[in-house]
Amino acid sequence: MFLTFIHNAIRFSTVFLFGSTGETITEKSGHLNLGIPGIMCLGALGGCVGESVYLKTLADVTQVNGFAAVIIGIIFSMLFAGFGGLLYGFLTITLRCNQNVSGLAITTFGTGVTNFFISMVDKTGFIYASNAFTAYADGLNMNNWFSDLFLTYGCLVYIAIALSLVVSIVLKKTRVGLSLRAVGESPATADAAGINVEKYKYCACVLGAAIAGLGGLFYIMDYLNGSWEYSIDAMGWLAIALVIFSLWRPNWGILGSILFGALYIAPNYLNISFTYKELLKIIPFVVTIIILIITSIVNKKESQPPAALGTSYFREER
Amino acid sequence: MEKSVAIELKGITKRFGEVTANKDVNLDIKRGEVLSILGENGSGKTTLMNMISGIYYPDEGKIYANGQEVVIRSPKDAFDLKIGMIHQHFKLIDLFTAADNILLGEKMPTFSIKEEAKKAEINLESVMITADGDSKKKYDKAFAGYYRKLISLPFVKLGKIIKFNHLARKRAENLQKIADKYGFEIDLKKKIYDMSVSEKQTVEIIKVLYKGADILILDEPTAVLTPQEIRKLFDVLRKMREDGKAVVIITHKLNEVMEISDRVAVLRKGEHIATVNTAETNEQELTDMMVGKKVELNIDRKTPVDPKPRLIIEHMTVRNKEGQKAIDDVSFTINGGEILGIAGISGNGQKELLEGIAGLQKVESGDIIFHNPKKNKPVTFFHKDLKKIKKMAEEGFFHYPDGSKVDLKGKKKKEIVKLVNDEQILFYEDEVINLRHKTPRQIQELGIKLSFVPEDRLNMGLVGNMSIVDNMMLRSYRKGKSIFVNRKRPKNLADHIIDELEVVTPSDQTPVRRLSGGNVQKVLVGREISSSPKVLMAAYPVRGLDINSSYLIYNLLNQQKEKNVAVVYVGEDLDVLLELCDRILVLCGGKISGIVDGRTAKKDEIGLLMTKLSNEEDETEVNA
Repeated sequence: MFLTFIHNAIRFSTVFLFGSTGETITEKSGHLNLGIPGIMCLGALGGCVGESVYLKTLADVTQVNGFAAVIIGIIFSMLFAGFGGLLYGFLTITLRCNQNVSGLAITTFGTGVTNFFISMVDKTGFIYASNAFTAYADGLNMNNWFSDLFLTYGCLVYIAIALSLVVSIVLKKTRVGLSLRAVGESPATADAAGINVEKYKYCACVLGAAIAGLGGLFYIMDYLNGSWEYSIDAMGWLAIALVIFSLWRPNWGILGSILFGALYIAPNYLNISFTYKELLKIIPFVVTIIILIITSIVNKKESQPPAALGTSYFREER
Repeated sequence: MEKSVAIELKGITKRFGEVTANKDVNLDIKRGEVLSILGENGSGKTTLMNMISGIYYPDEGKIYANGQEVVIRSPKDAFDLKIGMIHQHFKLIDLFTAADNILLGEKMPTFSIKEEAKKAEINLESVMITADGDSKKKYDKAFAGYYRKLISLPFVKLGKIIKFNHLARKRAENLQKIADKYGFEIDLKKKIYDMSVSEKQTVEIIKVLYKGADILILDEPTAVLTPQEIRKLFDVLRKMREDGKAVVIITHKLNEVMEISDRVAVLRKGEHIATVNTAETNEQELTDMMVGKKVELNIDRKTPVDPKPRLIIEHMTVRNKEGQKAIDDVSFTINGGEILGIAGISGNGQKELLEGIAGLQKVESGDIIFHNPKKNKPVTFFHKDLKKIKKMAEEGFFHYPDGSKVDLKGKKKKEIVKLVNDEQILFYEDEVINLRHKTPRQIQELGIKLSFVPEDRLNMGLVGNMSIVDNMMLRSYRKGKSIFVNRKRPKNLADHIIDELEVVTPSDQTPVRRLSGGNVQKVLVGREISSSPKVLMAAYPVRGLDINSSYLIYNLLNQQKEKNVAVVYVGEDLDVLLELCDRILVLCGGKISGIVDGRTAKKDEIGLLMTKLSNEEDETEVNA
């Protein structure tokens, strides 16, 4: 029972982890993308469209090539979500719109578009495509607690964890990361140092969105086994909260996402009434607020958001 | 030896909206010399240099580098021409270490797969020619080697990218070696937010040098440095000049111009007036060129008339944000009708002292007694309600115009209100108020104005995005009964200040953020003075201002003094302090190291007092 709970928590955490890793990249460039919920929806839509197109090409939907199904899902999901990020980037970087307003607009746009088009997607055979996402090597299941906890997940879970580790190393240890952080801390300084600020910002927005979109894909294809549910945007808000919770560190985000996942699904494992279950779902947000309070009391420079977060940069501004 | 021209500007013009920042400027920068750019505030010095360093792009005109016409569209282009600028507001990232800041934006050495492949092919061809057909083995070996190299090239490139991208600790150590070689005393592993201003400046200079710049532009580098630090900086600059680098320094301080530069270019209202050799000119001549008209360099200081204690500070202690005692058990008196100067090396408690008085910082212990000059002035309902007036009358605070004592016992409410409104109840003595537990707003309403002009002018006192008129309103919006704000009076005031203080602005509706530093300062000081204060505290009101505006401010302060206002002036320039102030209080390490008479004191005397305690501190720092 407890093992299943932890197993499911880790599995569910992947949704948040993708979202928060992507959002961290974007925020490190100084752009607060509140469009993550919409972008995760777009990612899910993209995955569904991709799978649908792929399944159409097959004579028999049960004969799914696992590798192809996963790759096509990931590519389409990233393309769709990346488009959302590009749109957001165009609004906030080139047109210098207010980031909060643009982000919220992207959320509305993303969820709206997804809800509209998803009804047109032919979802027959998704269960077989989903099997490709949830599959793991049989040899790894040794029926002990270790394999239950660590080895029996679909590939996206490991991709998410690997990705967040890579991102945190890149941010901390490489010049690209240094430049990206510089852009987020002080674009004027980065510009004066000869860094192409716009390029970094666009890359961060698009790449961040593309990664966040995988969260939506995972939710539909892995966690829900290919059935559709209109609740991805709720996860998106939690992913943004997780960025704050993890203090803009993707590697901390792994633990944070597991905690969030556990808190999110915990009500289902408790023997309580429905009303209380809904109430318990706010716990992740409460935890985030507590973390915000603690970090602002401690006031350590390293645990603050990027200094230029939320502001647009224009070189000739006085 | 003829000095070669590094940069030449021809007919440069730059406009911001309707304001012309630079108009038809011709200038040349030579290698192996220090060029000073001198000019008033808003005369376009920084703008001109920003165009060379790629921050702005000129609307008209041409820039020549090493004799060739160049287009500088971004700071990157400027680097490629080996131009490095050290900005007035340092372009450093607080969160990074000094080494990271220096390495930031460094370009990877080019490694093109195509070119390497071509090289390999040429190599192969040469082998084939020498092989000459018969030695097939050699021939095959060369071919195999060629393909192996071709395949390995992308991996080599990847390896180079990873190696370049990896921020190894060793790199910081190498950088430190370079810094040590040039004689900079600095720890490059320190984070910027832990650094002092002069350390930050050193980082900026190392950064520019590391990037290989040989044309250095420094925008007011001395504004925030202590005399010792300035001396060190000048030594570095001289070394660079000997190295054959071109150094450009933007400054207001004439003595520094005379000391460091070989040539001086004077700008006035965006136009280039003249470039002269420093050796062939003097301070007066430069001032005339800068201002365009003769400026009286004397401050008209009148003897204070009947100075009476206005503010009495008793055993005041203030702690700064880090919890250290910034002001330690300080007692002194500020008199009305007198200018009290506060001297001291910056960061010795000046800020905390003024903010403590103004109520902006918590005063840990001690009292601030304010003598409100109310003697023989009528009481009003502005600060006191009926109950308070009744109580004060009982305690014998008031008298009637004929001199008899006020007794409000048995009088009806209406009668009292009438008496007060008819200004029949007068104060018998000056009102004595302890400011310690008052809120900043209450203190302000009592007429104690802090015209604080900190390093960042736009953070305290003015709202950058609001117009001049709206900024005037920040002080007066509470007045008036209508729920709608009255813009007429603030507008008049704004226009008056723009007129009187010669603020250069397109209109009174321009956001303050768009004005140049000096003009922002004029707006701030103008507003505080206009509210007819009883105590006026001005911290560094002339910092970053040109001579003309500075003297305007000095005169304004003198006018206030003649109106029997107690003026507190915190300044850096000792000459000005000695000419302006009646008494000078010297702060050192949060304590008063002396109070001297402004008329008789000597500069060395104050200088000694300023460093009296800091010397001891330095020693303890070394020991720690």
